[in-house]
Amino acid sequence: MTTPTLDRLSERSSSWLAPRSSKLLTAAMSLFVIYSLLPLAWLTISSTKTMDSLFGSFGLWFDGPFALFQNIHDTFVYQDGIFLRWFGNTLLYVVLGAGGATALATLAGYGLAKFVFPGKRGVFAVVLGAIAVPGTALAVPTFLMFSQMGLTNTIWSIVIPSLISPFGLYLIWVYAVDSVPTELLEAARVDGAGELRTFFTISLRLLVPGVVTVALFSIVATWNNYFLPLIMLSDPNLFPLTIGLNQWNQQASGIGSEPVFNLVITGSLLTIVPIIIVFLYLQRYWQSGLSAGSVKQ
Amino acid sequence: MTTSTAPLAGARQGRGIAASTVQERRRSPRDWRGWIFVGPFMAVFALTFLAPVLYSLFLSVFQTKLIGGTQFVGLDNYVQAFTDPKFLEGAGRVTLFLAVQVPVMLTLALAAALAIDSRRLAGASFFRIGLFLPYAVPGVVAVLMWGFIYSPRMGLTGNINDLLGADVLAPFSPPWILVAIGNIVTWEFVGYNMLIFYAALRTIPEELYEAAALDGAGQFRTVRSIKLPALRGAITIATIFSIIGSFQLFNEPNILRSLAPSLISTYYTPNMYAYNLSFLGQQVNYAATIAIVMGVATAVIAYVVQLRGMRREQR
Repeated sequence: MTTPTLDRLSERSSSWLAPRSSKLLTAAMSLFVIYSLLPLAWLTISSTKTMDSLFGSFGLWFDGPFALFQNIHDTFVYQDGIFLRWFGNTLLYVVLGAGGATALATLAGYGLAKFVFPGKRGVFAVVLGAIAVPGTALAVPTFLMFSQMGLTNTIWSIVIPSLISPFGLYLIWVYAVDSVPTELLEAARVDGAGELRTFFTISLRLLVPGVVTVALFSIVATWNNYFLPLIMLSDPNLFPLTIGLNQWNQQASGIGSEPVFNLVITGSLLTIVPIIIVFLYLQRYWQSGLSAGSVKQ
Repeated sequence: MTTSTAPLAGARQGRGIAASTVQERRRSPRDWRGWIFVGPFMAVFALTFLAPVLYSLFLSVFQTKLIGGTQFVGLDNYVQAFTDPKFLEGAGRVTLFLAVQVPVMLTLALAAALAIDSRRLAGASFFRIGLFLPYAVPGVVAVLMWGFIYSPRMGLTGNINDLLGADVLAPFSPPWILVAIGNIVTWEFVGYNMLIFYAALRTIPEELYEAAALDGAGQFRTVRSIKLPALRGAITIATIFSIIGSFQLFNEPNILRSLAPSLISTYYTPNMYAYNLSFLGQQVNYAATIAIVMGVATAVIAYVVQLRGMRREQR
């Protein structure tokens, strides 16, 4: 490499501070984002259409009567308002499952990052090995075990397996190593504070961006859950949205079929709106977490 | 089912972790306080992870027959699995899926992360959120959406074919159905992987870029010499998660099945096979065997990927 002259040097470093934006790059990335958002646009537009205008109209533009509010109304009253029930079930599973998973992963990740204890290597080995074990590979055996314990077709058959997030544990552990200074903990110990008290008053605050990230991923995972409720639940009153929507979708085929595609589409839209709001809301915390991570270096 | 060396190898990949272990060694080694924090997780973990694994291992060495009831059969179920054309077909299919979809998705994710991190993109945070948004969409909704879009009757596919005057796009046909599934999976997870890469890029210290600029390194040189090496750990992790996802493939084909029942069999992927064996066929023991075989295969491949990632790091 050539030795840079003073002029080139200042030119280079200033180009790092305030680089020009590239049109080509922006155009390429715009295509990518269109690909990402296109199905969502289709869904939003289709939810304004009646069953009739869904067929035979261009998918990416409005057509026929504007039926969004009628569709939303129909979605909520169809089959005695079971959609609302599924919505409530999903919320319950998310609060108990994702909330519990975040709490357990935070405690354990912190414990692994900041303590030496007998059996620590074993915990590492087992838990990180578990990341490589497919969750769905466990679903069938878990079902068989739970059915012997009489837990299937109860909310616990969904909540208990959702409580464990090896990836969440891994994230918190990596995050806690750097973000909670060991000297700070030692100072608190010298002052005579108990470990739990130190955790809740000092460490937890420092872990917030990591915790929010784990919570976000746990919420998405629980909200998204399909395989587990599919095998565990047979009572439609316990279904989460994902299973319920697919059941509506399947009504279209078979004997005595009653297609309700407009309700499936509107129900899908209503299912993703809350999760997207949660995500966008948490994103602000999360961005600060990301930039904090980059400043730390 | 779990390998004990792989995770520790993974642990060493984090830079800060090795340092903290050295620090911690200075303190007293017999200190049980850590279990206050790790204990609750491990208790639930034992119930939801270890117990089912052990239970399925137990189930896999038995067989229930009409005459004689449940009998210990040793490794018979495993022998059956490795000679079962349905299982082998499904395993072959997810391997093909993995070999094509995972590189395509990760390359796209990597390119997007580098573009967003390049500071040469107007509105970078919009692109970051826009690409990640599909990950927040429940898999079932994603498949329903794409299933409708693919449908020749009311989807965009039909619109495009009408425009071209011929059935050019046919996602629901034998040669294209796996591609159609691959597209849905890519759509769902490309932003997630982009974010893993982007987060890793953000941890690169500013001084490194300054030093590179001083040395006269251009954009591409910086990517090759600084960014890609810094991404090694993230790429390894993303690859492992993608491999797991491919081997677990279930939701997308299972939901698309109601739209294309003739194209997607009940044993289309090993996971669908295990599910249908245990719920439609009541062959619980054989289903557990399939689950274990796929779990072990996943763990072995994840371990190999991890070893390769480490070897590159040492160079």
